[in-house]
Amino acid sequence: MSWGYLIRRLLAIILVLVIVTFAVFAITAILPGNAAIMILGEYATPDAVAALQKQLHLDQPWYMQYYSWVSGILLHGDFGMSLRLSLPVTQVVGEAFLNSALLAVTALVAVTIIAIPLGALAALKRGTAVDLIIGLFSYLGTALPEFVTATLLLVFLAAPNTGPFPAGGFVAPWEDLGGFASHIVLPAVTLGLILLAHVSRQVRSEMSEVLSSDYVRAARLKGLSERRVIRRHALPNSLAPAVAVISLDIGYLLGGIIVVEEIFAWPGLGRVLMYALENRDLPVIQAVTLLLAGIYAVSNLVSDIVIALLDPRVRYA
Amino acid sequence: MRKFFSSPTAVVGTLLLAIVLFAALFGPLVAPFDPQEFHPVARLQGPSATYWLGTDQFGRDLLSRVLNGAPATVAFGLFATAIGVGIGSVIGVIAGVSGGWVDSTIMRILDGLLAVPDLLFTLLIVTVLGGGMEHALLAVAIAFTPGMARIARSAVLSVRTRDYVRAAVARGESGFYIVTFEVLPNALSPIVVESTIRVSFAIMIGATLGFLGLGAQPPSTEWGLMVAEARQFMFRNPWCVAIPGLSIAMAALGFNLFGDALRDALDPRRSH
Repeated sequence: MSWGYLIRRLLAIILVLVIVTFAVFAITAILPGNAAIMILGEYATPDAVAALQKQLHLDQPWYMQYYSWVSGILLHGDFGMSLRLSLPVTQVVGEAFLNSALLAVTALVAVTIIAIPLGALAALKRGTAVDLIIGLFSYLGTALPEFVTATLLLVFLAAPNTGPFPAGGFVAPWEDLGGFASHIVLPAVTLGLILLAHVSRQVRSEMSEVLSSDYVRAARLKGLSERRVIRRHALPNSLAPAVAVISLDIGYLLGGIIVVEEIFAWPGLGRVLMYALENRDLPVIQAVTLLLAGIYAVSNLVSDIVIALLDPRVRYA
Repeated sequence: MRKFFSSPTAVVGTLLLAIVLFAALFGPLVAPFDPQEFHPVARLQGPSATYWLGTDQFGRDLLSRVLNGAPATVAFGLFATAIGVGIGSVIGVIAGVSGGWVDSTIMRILDGLLAVPDLLFTLLIVTVLGGGMEHALLAVAIAFTPGMARIARSAVLSVRTRDYVRAAVARGESGFYIVTFEVLPNALSPIVVESTIRVSFAIMIGATLGFLGLGAQPPSTEWGLMVAEARQFMFRNPWCVAIPGLSIAMAALGFNLFGDALRDALDPRRSH
């Protein structure tokens, strides 16, 4: 992997983000409902509405609005003020981002730890009952939308007074680690289930292919122990596609987080976004969308780098 | 055909799909009760001889409601995907066939749109259009368009340099003829496979929008909305959330497995 390649990829990400800003801006610009009236209420006087529109630059043509929005972000790191909360968008989104990141990273780490051995196990026991059960489970995982998984988990594991887990809410880990852990279990499991299914399936199919390859046969013929063949030869070579799937799944994860946070009252980006959509809080909608798209684009780049590190055969020009 | 049914994936997928399609076509006709009829003495019951799958908070028969919701749910998945695939394929074919700056401009825009997660994209469009079943359908279709365009483009690119296309060019056939009769039929199988699998995503996103109150509206029997309405009562009767929830899973699983089996049958190289 050359520096030229990295620089070109970074430029591509910037281009993607520019296109996203246009798309988001176009979508929010045609949102029905006048933002000024939404803030001031139905009975606002026309004078007050006009004054607020001026203050929000809503009286200017769209390209001027776009320019002032983008230059605010680039020059001052300023995403504007939330229309509803009267707080800077950076403050609203920043706090939520941290909470979402806690949830997403927990889910991702758990998925990686569980899915890779699970997929490898299915490949090693190919055609047996173990393989079948893992396969069925992973198919079911891909077919359950987050809100169904979440609801079923709530019914069975968070019943009032008797369930082992709280039905929702958030406790910061630096305040009470135990409370944080008990609150994060159900949302993380919900988020992780679809990914778990995808990743374990990918590892299984890749691993089955690798196990029947010439170099694994050679390693076995050399007299290496089965354990060593799997750990040193088969598994590392099955991981690159799993990383590719994980990075594509970040897209699902970022979408899923919206639903999961809404159901479990987790104060993250998803909840902020739903609130902003309901209240036509344009600056917040724009910032959250841009942030999620940016995370997705960067995670794709990171995964390409990880794949190249895992598999020396991969060459990017 | 016999080969297709030799894999368990194909058998289970076809079976599930048959059940789901049967429910979508005949569900309202075979439902034992009126889906909106209250039975006040039989609220929130588990399965019984009278109410096979139990009743909801108003004593409405869950089996009848699920059967009545089937056409809406399945049609949502099929139409949203069909529209998305249609528009996406046209864009993808245009990009793939034209090449050059047209292709790279279209691809850069698609890359930008693909960076927005599907559900987020759908939510933004639904907010613009306003909730409701038709708008939700349109939103899912639009959200699917960039991904489908990409797949159609790469399918076109893979056949563009084949000998039979070159032969047609050499014969002096018109561009329209070449695209319609030489390129498209040969680029079709990845598009068909991907669309079948996408129907399951469309069903899941549609149900999610219904659940969030942005899709189907009460008293519709759309499955996502049924879960949302029954949530308050889920601890008293888990059946009223489990039945519609598992119905969604069944429909999604049916399309998913069928699509996977179709891929294995159409492209033996990719099967494992």
